[in-house]
Amino acid sequence: MDSTTNKQNEFVRQVAEQKYEYGFTTDVHTEIIEKGLNEDVVRLISQKKGEPQWMLDFRLKAFKRWQGMTQPAWAHVHLPEIDYQAISYYADPMAGRKSDKKEIDPELMKTFDKLGIPLEERLALSGVAVDAIMDSVSVKTTFKEELAKKGIIFCSIGDAIKMHPELVREYLGTVVPSSDNFFAALNSAVFSDGSFVYIPKGVRCPMELSSYFRINARNTGQFERTLIVADDDSYVSYLEGCTAPMRDENQLHAAIVEIVVKDRAEVKYSTVQNWYPGDEQGRGGVLNLVTKRGDLRGEGSKLSWTQVETGSAVTWKYPSCILRGDNSVAEFYSVAVTNNYQEADTGTKMIHLGRNTKSTIISKGISAGKSQNSYRGLVRVAPAAEGARNYSSCDSLLLGSDCGAHTFPYMDIHNDTAVIEHEATTSKISEDQLFYCNQRGIPTEQAVGLIVNGYAKEVLNKLPMEFAVEAQKLLSVSLEGTVG
Amino acid sequence: MAGNDKPKTTGSDAARQYMDIYAQCRDMIHSHSCDVMNAPRDAAYDDFCRQGLPTRKVERYKYTDMAPLFAPDYGLNLNRLEIPVDPYEAFRCDVPNLSTSLYFVVNDAFYTKLQPKGHLPEGVIIGSLAEEAAKKPHLIGKYYARIAKTDGDAITALNTMMAQDGLLVYVPKGTKVDRTVQVINILRSDVDLMANRRVLIIVEPEAEIKLLFCDHAVDDRKFLTTQVIEAYVGDNAGLDLYCLEETHAKNTRVSNLYIEQQANSRVNHNIITLHNGVTRNKTDLAFCGEGAECNLCGCVIADKQQHVDNNTLIDHRVPHCTSNELYKYVLDGHATGAFAGRVLVRHGAQKTVSQETNQNLCATKEARMYTQPMLEIYADDVKCAHGSTVGQLNDAAMFYMQQRGIPVKEAKLLLEFAFINEVIDQMQLAPLRDRLHYLVEKRFRGELNKCEGCNLCK
Repeated sequence: MDSTTNKQNEFVRQVAEQKYEYGFTTDVHTEIIEKGLNEDVVRLISQKKGEPQWMLDFRLKAFKRWQGMTQPAWAHVHLPEIDYQAISYYADPMAGRKSDKKEIDPELMKTFDKLGIPLEERLALSGVAVDAIMDSVSVKTTFKEELAKKGIIFCSIGDAIKMHPELVREYLGTVVPSSDNFFAALNSAVFSDGSFVYIPKGVRCPMELSSYFRINARNTGQFERTLIVADDDSYVSYLEGCTAPMRDENQLHAAIVEIVVKDRAEVKYSTVQNWYPGDEQGRGGVLNLVTKRGDLRGEGSKLSWTQVETGSAVTWKYPSCILRGDNSVAEFYSVAVTNNYQEADTGTKMIHLGRNTKSTIISKGISAGKSQNSYRGLVRVAPAAEGARNYSSCDSLLLGSDCGAHTFPYMDIHNDTAVIEHEATTSKISEDQLFYCNQRGIPTEQAVGLIVNGYAKEVLNKLPMEFAVEAQKLLSVSLEGTVG
Repeated sequence: MAGNDKPKTTGSDAARQYMDIYAQCRDMIHSHSCDVMNAPRDAAYDDFCRQGLPTRKVERYKYTDMAPLFAPDYGLNLNRLEIPVDPYEAFRCDVPNLSTSLYFVVNDAFYTKLQPKGHLPEGVIIGSLAEEAAKKPHLIGKYYARIAKTDGDAITALNTMMAQDGLLVYVPKGTKVDRTVQVINILRSDVDLMANRRVLIIVEPEAEIKLLFCDHAVDDRKFLTTQVIEAYVGDNAGLDLYCLEETHAKNTRVSNLYIEQQANSRVNHNIITLHNGVTRNKTDLAFCGEGAECNLCGCVIADKQQHVDNNTLIDHRVPHCTSNELYKYVLDGHATGAFAGRVLVRHGAQKTVSQETNQNLCATKEARMYTQPMLEIYADDVKCAHGSTVGQLNDAAMFYMQQRGIPVKEAKLLLEFAFINEVIDQMQLAPLRDRLHYLVEKRFRGELNKCEGCNLCK
């Protein structure tokens, strides 16, 4: 068994020594505002984006709230001291090209090409509409016109505020109010760009919509805001990806995603999060502090969150669902991989308010190196939520003796008709399984990969085809030489 | 330190009254206790002042708000006035075939007047903590307030600061106490009363003891009890600790149990709440030696406005230990149940096996259940799992029984009974098990309104 242990150690070492593929920087002229955060900065951001007065008021109100809040410390992560005055809150790589937006700096094009994000529509064979965002600005949104023919609005939130103010005003901040938490208040005050999606009644979005977020500039934070509204009987599948260059200092990413799902509408939201995780000594990396929430307002509405979390030095993220509509259905599928000194505290909240609502939580954690991986989830059944049903399953896999895997589920049940189940297991790869594979001529390293892949499959299978490939690739990159 | 240099205080007015009492009555409290119990008192006072009463923002007190429980003006028997009671008259335990050595603790004082006739093995001490600590300060001083740390829990700090007496159970090395020791904690007072009880259990290596603690209230008064139990279980030793609460709706019980297990020791702990007002039980168990095993079980049957909160922490500090937890709740009426269980497997605690299960039945819309089974694992070669469910009785089983002519009410009782029995069946003492089956059945039928063995209520 000694040689098996050695091989396993070898595998763990390989995982730990994995290099980050997307760590390059782009040399492009970027206009960055002065570091620091005060009311004037909030006003400046709003002014730079040419926003109306109501938007500025929204920001200022949020900023005021944020000033009275303290950074939460309850998560099972070591969040380094963040100096909010040492960050620049607006970086524009498109500066100076405002007159003709169609012309994108070739460097930027190259960057997105390198990342595998198709910005040229004629080359985009994958049939995915992309909103590409670098630092604080949306670089390009593809297939806008084609989608508009069906009445679908897909654009940057900055454009939406200008072009569809009535829609944005109706929904912005209604799912995640600016007072929700410290990072949500910060985002509401300084958010730069992000995507806006509106699917009209009865429309099934013909292609996958996608946002790609990239932090490039040094000492900046990214505060994007995404708002998705699916009107009655509509359907949309939305994908989100992200990367950042390798830097020695931490970069802050505090985003908000709000989703409104109306009667019988369905939204599928998939994320492959691959922010820079820091180096093997735990230096640098993105602090990913995100508030994501969906409000299932409509009767029979459905929302599915699928996330593959492989990056970031610190992840603090709980994509949640408020099951307000009767018969609404919510799902949460997550694979979180942590390595080296990464720390992830992620999970979901399922708030059952309507009758006969159903939620499913499948969470798979994989810890390697010296990382800490926590699942934190809340299932709340309100007194009026008759017939609520929840099933949660949280499994953790440990690769190496120095990492940690933790499970913190909370269940608050206020209705006697609710049926709630939760189960969690934590273990390493079983020696029986390894032995079985070895016996059939599969080397230990491959066997570990095979088992890890099989372990995550339940979640990866829920990703749209376009993303499943990327996620598989990512997982295989994280666990090199063993998967795929 | 009490007196002039009052440390910076936090917390509500509820906490302040206890700080003031201690500051004003420090000498009285000291003079009616012993040196061993007085030694950590001032430090506990400082810790209590610093922490105040725990609010719901303190993670481990999330489900029970302490301030309103401690706010009323309770009487305190700091002068150790003797309360007239003959527990043998007041209480008859009618557990059939259970021949126990029976002892009484009245409020927080060990009842010394009548001792059971049965002899305990040589060297075994069941007695007043204050008296025994005065006789054997070195032995008791080694253990007292060592694992019940006052800096991490305000209730433990409060108890350490105020407790003047309690119970000592000492089993010397290699001694096996065959007969179960039953301790009846009687709450007796003519005015609303607060009792601060302290229990120290020392089971030395290769020793064994089975303890049954029954909590009863014999007066229709408001009672508030804080209890801190410290149990030290030595190498290859065994401790069975069963706690049964049968009090009334005006009773508030806040109990903190600390257990330290050495190598190859076994602990079975079963906590049963049949009748209560507000109950909060915290159990902290730490494995300090390899090969140890523990079984923590609990069952709760609550209705009306009853509130039961069980909070456990199992700390696997060393490899090769096994822990099992099984807690079951049946909630009716407006009852509130809470279970938070945390299993912590520290770095290097390989080959840990841990299973945590919490299952709950909610019978009415108004009943509330909060459950929080947690795993925190820093070692890779472990098998840990937890499961939690909240739901109703199985429809298919109900239908099956009705089909065979069993009325709905009876079928429901049978299923609830079976549900709870899984916990009771974990008990090692067969007569007690049978007795509890009977009590639980009566409880479900609504016939068990007062403490079963209490003559005063009959």
